[in-house]
Amino acid sequence: MAITTVPETPRKPGRPPSPYSARPQRTSLGRKVRDNLTGHAFLIGAVLCFVVFSWYPMIRGIVMSFQRTRRGETTWVGWDNYSRIIADPSFWTAWQNTFYFTVLALVLGYVVPFFVAILLNEFRHAKGYLRILVYLPVMLPPASALFLFKFYAYDPSEAGLFNAILKALHLPTSQWMQSPEMTMPAMVVASTWMNMGGAVLIYLASLQNIPGELYEAAELDGAGIWRRIVHVTIPQTRLILALLAMLQIVATMQLFIEPLILANGAGAEDSATSVAYLIYQHGFFQNDLNGAAALGVIMLVVLAGFSAVYVRLTAKQD
Amino acid sequence: MSVPQYRKAAAVALVAGLGLSLTACSTKSDDKGSNAAGKVTITVDCQPVGAQKELLKNWNDDVAEFQKQNPDITIKSVSVGEQCNNPPDFTARLAGGTVTDVFYGYMTDLQQVLDSGQAMDISQHVNKDAIPTWESVDPALKEVFTDGGKLYAVPVKNYSMGLVYNKVLFQQAGLDVNNPPKTWADVRTAAKKISALGNGIAGYSEYSAGNTGGWHFTSLLYSQGGRVLTEDGKKADFNNPMGKQVLQNLKDMRYGDNSMGARQLLQWGDLLTNAGAGKVGMFIGAPDATQAIVSQFQGKFQDWAMAPLPGQDGAAKGTLGGGEGYFFKKDLTPEQVKAGLKWIAYQKLTPGKGQFDYVRAKPQNYPVGLPQPLLFANGSDAQKQELELRKANANVDTTNFALFEATPVPIKGEPRNAQAVYAVLDAAMSGVLTNPNSNIDALLKTAEEKVNQLLAAES
Repeated sequence: MAITTVPETPRKPGRPPSPYSARPQRTSLGRKVRDNLTGHAFLIGAVLCFVVFSWYPMIRGIVMSFQRTRRGETTWVGWDNYSRIIADPSFWTAWQNTFYFTVLALVLGYVVPFFVAILLNEFRHAKGYLRILVYLPVMLPPASALFLFKFYAYDPSEAGLFNAILKALHLPTSQWMQSPEMTMPAMVVASTWMNMGGAVLIYLASLQNIPGELYEAAELDGAGIWRRIVHVTIPQTRLILALLAMLQIVATMQLFIEPLILANGAGAEDSATSVAYLIYQHGFFQNDLNGAAALGVIMLVVLAGFSAVYVRLTAKQD
Repeated sequence: MSVPQYRKAAAVALVAGLGLSLTACSTKSDDKGSNAAGKVTITVDCQPVGAQKELLKNWNDDVAEFQKQNPDITIKSVSVGEQCNNPPDFTARLAGGTVTDVFYGYMTDLQQVLDSGQAMDISQHVNKDAIPTWESVDPALKEVFTDGGKLYAVPVKNYSMGLVYNKVLFQQAGLDVNNPPKTWADVRTAAKKISALGNGIAGYSEYSAGNTGGWHFTSLLYSQGGRVLTEDGKKADFNNPMGKQVLQNLKDMRYGDNSMGARQLLQWGDLLTNAGAGKVGMFIGAPDATQAIVSQFQGKFQDWAMAPLPGQDGAAKGTLGGGEGYFFKKDLTPEQVKAGLKWIAYQKLTPGKGQFDYVRAKPQNYPVGLPQPLLFANGSDAQKQELELRKANANVDTTNFALFEATPVPIKGEPRNAQAVYAVLDAAMSGVLTNPNSNIDALLKTAEEKVNQLLAAES
């Protein structure tokens, strides 16, 4: 077998060797840590934050979901908490409501910001002001924004903003959050208004990266605005679209503050009960932290499933 | 300092800083509340918040006076919010083991407190020597905080529900303020007249969200003579003519008469805010609801009066009662328990002191003369003293509560697993209050199935 040796690259003259680049081939772990002490030290803060505030609670939640604490004694109960939580009469209602909200939010909350971004991108004047205008609701604390909707927009009397508009248009008024049929659409509208600013800005940044020549070429080929969106804009922003769709699903499935404020919790005939709200009910009102942990783990698994699908899809696209 | 040394020093400082921060976060007093000089320190919660200026001053004055009388005891007060037991905060404190040495809880919290393992058995410590008025405390209240023959908390307040009504609106609607509704049919008639005043006024207002709907359903059901769960607590027992009547009464008022206002899905603060604004004619509540209306929601005492809970065809057959007490954290030393009991005896259970210092409260914006807390047993020495002091210093018109006080309704406690059951019953309440086409039979059947499922899963 022929043995080949790689010739050593000659150093450039006039530059002293860096103490960091002239490392021996075999470096001990301790040496590596010492060499990168500053980097590790700065990293430690972020890692600790993750450990303390993300990973530990997650692991603790999983452990708790297999335990039961009664009279100060914690015992292992296997899958009991899971079977109990699934037997909870509100379990399927909560999942049904949550999926319904997620689908509605995808239809409205996902599509609207994209088209708002396209619209803003088309404007030649007052771009900055319009962007601020769109982003403003994001700066409002969510609770304040939702109270605005609750007391001014969704007031079921004719004094409510939306009902006043409907009345002025000679249309029938709505009970909004007091109507089981309107609860979810009303929550999606409020949620979209509150959150779309961030998505619009991300879409805008993405739109501005699309080479102008593509649109010019499409125009020369006689493409109208709709065909330009379908054949240029969407393909060119597909990665961002996929990312935001994933984030949207994960965020909307954790629906909590909207029902808590707009519907005072469960809403009319349980129409606003979400999975996250059910976790809150079990954990903080029903003396059932273990059941809440089990439901939290179920939610984690479902969201992890969505994330896995996203990773697969984007990997293929890459 | 050379650059690499500087970087190392910065890194060490950063790590040390982080370490110190984490250490600071986990700092925990390791003393057992007593020192060599025999001084005992205890932490006590439910200190009024800053916005409750007079109540806070009263509390602090009580602490100062108590410590003067007991120089070997130090009370460290902790405020946990205006509502001393906000369930999410309370649960978090219990789960995290951060409750104070002597901590406030509702009567319905006993099970949760025991499950958390945070409370100690104080049976052997509580007696006439520790609390001079202990023999006068209503035995039924002691029983509520007793489990397996062991006492876990000292009761400090008790209430029962009645019909709270706005005298001004009654007068404006041409109703007799001295002859409030006695039956639900009377309530319906009065509500119709009051709501006819317009201006967004609800004749009768009711909860239907945040578990408060279920809570009030329970009281309304008790007024009919019903109960939420069977005797053994294993099955729902409200899907019957009495439960239907409760919902039918509400549906008739809401959609038959349109006398309950347009805005529903109300919970505690929503209804009292409307009441404070003079937009509610009647609702069911405890006497201290009027205190909340005045102190938190800008209402006026003189506007409000109270009657016994109405019944369906005559007097109510029952009403919901509840109350509060102080638990003792596990692992306290006997000296700390003794000090805690001494403090509670002084601040909560001595006529003329603390919560019963009516001379001090009289000029303040807090009511003296309300028929609560119903803490001492009928005919007991402490009750006689408390009633005399209350009468002598009343700053609210006691005639506003005379009817409520003079017509006691049998008090029933809350059902087992109350909050979970209330959460289910919220849906039935919200159903009749938000849907004109609601099917009462279906609502009750669904709620019954859910409660039964829930109880089965629990067992």
